[in-house]
This record gives sequence, structure tokens and C-alpha cells, in this order.
Amino acid sequence: MMLAISVLKRLGAGFTLDVSFDARPGITMLFGASGSGKTTLLRCIAGLARPDGGRIAVGDRVLFDSTTRVNVAVQDRHVGYVFQQAALFPHMSLRENIGYGLNRLGTDERQARVSTIAESFRISEILDRRPAHVSGGERQRAALARALVTEPSLLLLDEPLSALDQTIQSRIMDDLRRANQARRIPMLYVTHSHREVYTLGQQAVVIDAGRVIARGTPHEVLDRPEQTVLANLAGFENVFNGVVVERRERAGTMECRVEGTDTELEVPLTASAVNARIRIAIRAGDILVGTEEPRGLSARNVLRARLIELIAHGPTMVAVVDAGARFIVHLTPTGVESLHLQPGDHVWLIVKTYSCRIVVDTPWQHS
Amino acid sequence: MDWQAMALTARLAALVSVILLVISLPLAHWLTFSRRRWTFLVESIVSLPLVLPPTALGFYLLMSMGSRSPLGRWWTEWTGHPLAFTFEGLVIASVLYTLPFAVQPVAAAFAQIDPNLREASATLGASGFRTFVRVTLPLSIEGVIAGLVLSFAHTVGEFGVVLMVGGNLPGITRTVSISIYDHVQALEYAQANQTALVLLAFSMLVLIAVYGLRRRPWAAAPIA
Repeated sequence: MMLAISVLKRLGAGFTLDVSFDARPGITMLFGASGSGKTTLLRCIAGLARPDGGRIAVGDRVLFDSTTRVNVAVQDRHVGYVFQQAALFPHMSLRENIGYGLNRLGTDERQARVSTIAESFRISEILDRRPAHVSGGERQRAALARALVTEPSLLLLDEPLSALDQTIQSRIMDDLRRANQARRIPMLYVTHSHREVYTLGQQAVVIDAGRVIARGTPHEVLDRPEQTVLANLAGFENVFNGVVVERRERAGTMECRVEGTDTELEVPLTASAVNARIRIAIRAGDILVGTEEPRGLSARNVLRARLIELIAHGPTMVAVVDAGARFIVHLTPTGVESLHLQPGDHVWLIVKTYSCRIVVDTPWQHS
Repeated sequence: MDWQAMALTARLAALVSVILLVISLPLAHWLTFSRRRWTFLVESIVSLPLVLPPTALGFYLLMSMGSRSPLGRWWTEWTGHPLAFTFEGLVIASVLYTLPFAVQPVAAAFAQIDPNLREASATLGASGFRTFVRVTLPLSIEGVIAGLVLSFAHTVGEFGVVLMVGGNLPGITRTVSISIYDHVQALEYAQANQTALVLLAFSMLVLIAVYGLRRRPWAAAPIA
């Protein structure tokens, strides 16, 4: 069954949510910065907020239509909703929480369904505990089970994993992928993490300032960001303004100078003419660091630079490096250790031509 | 010790508390969760007894219960006796006078429930009533009990409204606080002290119970 969404909602202060898209069965990632309107959209679909206009339908079932004045009540929509903070009922055991939506069934049938879904989410052992006495990951798995056990025609997930650490996240993502294969209902998954978009999504819809700005598979959307806002969202830590210096049609590359520096980068060829202004986006994890000048490399961009700062950020070391332009580079702690890197060191940055993405939205202006 | 006044007061306070519980649950629910813009007007009316002198409130209640008011006439026709200076009149006056003490703790308890919990209940197919019974009420039970206890205690302690609406009829409208006043007027300080001491002990116990129920001092109970 297909989910067809067209929602218009004014949110005050000149901000309007205005989106239309379809979602097939499977996981569709709704990706955008906080404040872009993702959560409001989910609330409109669930019936927790009322759109000013539009139409929401799952298959033939119309949940909302402003022209025919249809507005199905929340409790009659059969839409599963998983909240960011799980929103389990604190005064009930996990078993009671999961069985909450099955009150129309007999006790035996209800218990059987709760047990089955608890097993598939690996929480059978802790069903009699209260939410306060289980871990954050277990709470979120119970919330998923509670929403899915009622067999909704649609599942809405509002950043359900953002509060959890990465290992637990990836395990729950596996659970969710399995649940998705078994059920084949549309699942809308709101996130601001590009990592979740890559690992979980079959489709991605990018929302910015209340509008859909891109859609497609996660790789289509995130690997060739055509808008600067998308490059920032998609985890391109380095976005530079540049000018095309030379086009090498035969090599399929072009040489660009980073604005305000002498730093030149070889980047993939685009339609941009010489002297055209472009933006170059490079992921911090796609840049290599060497302590000696490297030889015999295929990479075309080897920049002499100085290490300014090293910051530990979770399991990654974030290096700020000055190569004329300032680069953000992600390193592993062991990498930092084996190179004996210290702030102030001279280093070499190595960037593959194809790690440089060209962003071609509005041309940048001299600042 | 004025046992008759004590029994009457206990009966009055118990009846008023039960009536207020029935009124305050839907009223507090509406005040807390309604999206209407004019809830604040109702809130102001409910809270009026907090600031209005009891004698002023009592005066208007007495007027509205008199034989010249529609309520007074209707009551007399229905029951055969007037409303003013009767136990029933006292109950109605006490309910109005004590309303904010019942509604406010309940509304505060409702308001501190995570809105996502009630929304989660609705997305799981629960009606508004089921959400109230299974989620809202259990999570605010401490506030409901606090409202009940405060209603009882406040009714026991009221004086001005009782004097205005009920007068001082032994066994009908003469409550303990009136009885203390009477003893003092008659210079019977020993008897006044006896009754006052019982009230003091009772009030202290009530407050200990109410604050003991809350897990944080001076704040609504946190529910994790």
C-alpha cells in the first residue's frame, strides 16, 4: 500500500510546511536539520496536528482531506508512532505497554501476540519490568514492538534512535529492517543523521525549511549533494567556495582555486566554465594525513599543511588543518598515535579527485 | 468538646470532598488540555474564592439562595424548604468555596504528564476516556489525592462562608470553627482551646500527608 502525502501547514513567523510525496512500503528516511518541519509532518500524518490544507491517504483509505473535510481521529487512523523518547507508560510493565493497543482482543490472543513480538525484538526476558528499570535501547525496542504489534497500516518513527549509542543503534536498525521485511508497510523515519539515512533507508526525502529539496535513494541524495544545505546535512564537513582555473576535458577533471587562498584542488569535471564560481564539498573522513611528502600516489591533491588542533569527539579524532584553506579531517585515535601527531606539526593532506563533490546551487558571492 | 459540631463538620467535609472529586476531574482535564482561548476565564472564576473575602462570597451565596432568587425559589418548590441556613445550602457553598483547592492540584498533576504519553495512547487506538482512565489518572493520582485531602481540610477550616450562609444552628450548620468562635464569645477559653487543638493537630497531619506524598518539596511530584 502506498502512502500519499500532501501537507500544507503554516507554523507562524513566516514558516510554512509545504510538502508532497509518495512513500512505498519500506523505509523512507525523512532527512533534514532540526526545525525543518520533519516532526510536524509526522504529527500531521498521525493526526496529532491538523494541517491547514492537503490530503493524506494510505492506499484507498483517506486519513485527511481538506477539500472533502475528512479528518480521521488519531485513535481511528491505525498509524503506529514511535516517539524520540519512547514514551512508554511509566506505570506499566513492558508487557502491559506492548499489549496496550490490543485491548479489543481476548487475553490469550493478546498474550500470544505480545510474546511473539517481544521475541523478535529480543525483550522477552524483561517483559515484566517497568520502563524505568530497563536500558534506553530496550525501551526503544519495546516502543517499536508496542507500535508494530497493533499491525498498523503505516509506521511513523521520530528520531527513535538519536538518544542511543552507536552499537545499540545499529542492532535496533537490524531489528527494524527485519520487521520491515516481514510487514511491507510504509515506514517514515525522521532523522538528522546522515549515517542512519545510509544504513537504514531504501528511499530518502530531504526536507529543508518546510520544503522537499531532494529525494531518491540515500546514495543518490547524499553522495551528489546539489545544494549547499544538503552538503552540510549529508556530512560534508568541508565546503569551500572556489573558482574554476582550468578545465581538462580529456582527463575529466578541472582545477579550482579555493577562495581567498592559493590552495588549488583538482575536482571532477562539471559544466562550469573557467572563472565560474562553484562550491567544493569534501567529507572529513575522505582526507588522508601523512607526516612526510607522499610519492607514487594516484591521488592528485597533495597539500602541504599545518596541524592546528586535535579534538576527541567520541571514537573519532577531529583534526583542524591549515593548508591555506582550513580543512576538517577525521582520524582514528590509533592513526593519531602512530603518526605522533601534535598541534603545530607540518603534515600533508591527500584528497582524491573524486572525493571532491561539486555543489552547484546558487553561485556564491564575494564576502 | 463539642462532639455534635465535630460530627457535623466531618460529614460536611466528606460530602464536599466527594462532590469536588467528581467535579474537579473533568474540570481540571478541560482546563489543562482544552485548546480554547478562553480557558483562562474559567480558570479565573474557579480561583476566585482564593482572593475574595469569605464574607463577600458568603453574602452573594446567601442572596442567591434567598427566596427572592430563582435558585432559592426552585429549591423551595422542589424540596419544600428554603436553601439558606440548611445543611444542603452549606454543602453547596462549601463546594464553591473549596473548588480551587480541589481543581488546582489535579490540574497541576495533569499538566506535568509528558504529552507524548497521551498521544501514544491515542495512536494505539485508545479513546479519550480510555486514555484518561489508563494513562492520565494513574499518572496523576498523587495530585488527585492531594486535591481530595486539601478539599476535606479546607472545608473543615472554613468560617466566614459558613457563618454567612449557614448561620449557627446546632446539629445543622454549626461546624467546629463556628463552635470555637462561640466559646470565645462566651469567654469559655478552655473549651475553645480543646477544639482548636484538635483542629491544629488535624491540619498538621493533613499537610504532612500532602507533602509526604510529593517526592520533591514545593513542586508537583515527578513521574519518571
